[in-house]
Amino acid sequence: MRSLLASVMTLALLAVLAGCGEREQVTEFKRGKYQGKPDSQPWANAPAPAELRGGTWKTGDRTSWEESIKNRQLAQHEHKRIYQ
Amino acid sequence: MARMKFLCDAERCIECNGCVTACKNENEVPWGVNRRRVVTINDGVVGAEKSISVACMHCSDAPCMAVCPVDCFYKTEDGVVLHDKDLCIGCGYCFYACPFGAPQFPQAGAFGLRGKMDKCTFCAGGPEADRSEAEFQKYGRNRLSEGKLPACAEMCSTKALLGGDGDVVADIYRERVLRRGKGSEVWGWGTAYGPGRPGATPPAAAPSGRKS
Repeated sequence: MRSLLASVMTLALLAVLAGCGEREQVTEFKRGKYQGKPDSQPWANAPAPAELRGGTWKTGDRTSWEESIKNRQLAQHEHKRIYQ
Repeated sequence: MARMKFLCDAERCIECNGCVTACKNENEVPWGVNRRRVVTINDGVVGAEKSISVACMHCSDAPCMAVCPVDCFYKTEDGVVLHDKDLCIGCGYCFYACPFGAPQFPQAGAFGLRGKMDKCTFCAGGPEADRSEAEFQKYGRNRLSEGKLPACAEMCSTKALLGGDGDVVADIYRERVLRRGKGSEVWGWGTAYGPGRPGATPPAAAPSGRKS
């Protein structure tokens, strides 16, 4: 009688645990990898000719390009652009 | 460097469409394609009319990149979302995914054939040799490689449209709003525009009667 009860309990436990084994029913999103051609970085270029009024930086130096762009951005701020 | 972003100040935009024209001219965008456009709400309602200039927002987690079946999108190190037109199949998924309607498709032929996707490049060209003719034909001018900012932002007459590094743009906008006497009461202000640089004095605190 006790073994029967144990078997029933085991079966019941297995039935309950079976719910935990359920598989994901939503699609797993996997981010794709860019398949196109490689692109170069803006700071890899030499600065544009002076008549184009671009920035000045050292070719290949990201930090100096960023500084140049940042100075250009601040020109959008009238408190610095006009009132100085 | 953070990420390149646009911000349009709705209090300043006067719906002149100068940004749209500058973009069309700078990049020689084909007929029927608008990489940038000005959206106006409450049009004609006195005192309630607001306009903002909208283009690709160069999302940090761009949905167009997620849905592209041929994976033609990439993000540059400075956060600009670009794509390879040689790979694009013109399916239009990116158009449906984009919350800003940024992807545009040139139409040609008797049956309105949908061409390859075209969108704002933040004036950063595309995957061709920088400043080359091929790059210009496919993607437009590469102003970032010339040390310049997007033409739309630089041409904006009221400086409503700001472009560049998100941190710098946020700094400029924060100072403007503080000068207007607003800021902290705006929901999400601290999250969006932060406390500013440590130790910096906001211009609004400076003794000045000038308005923004």
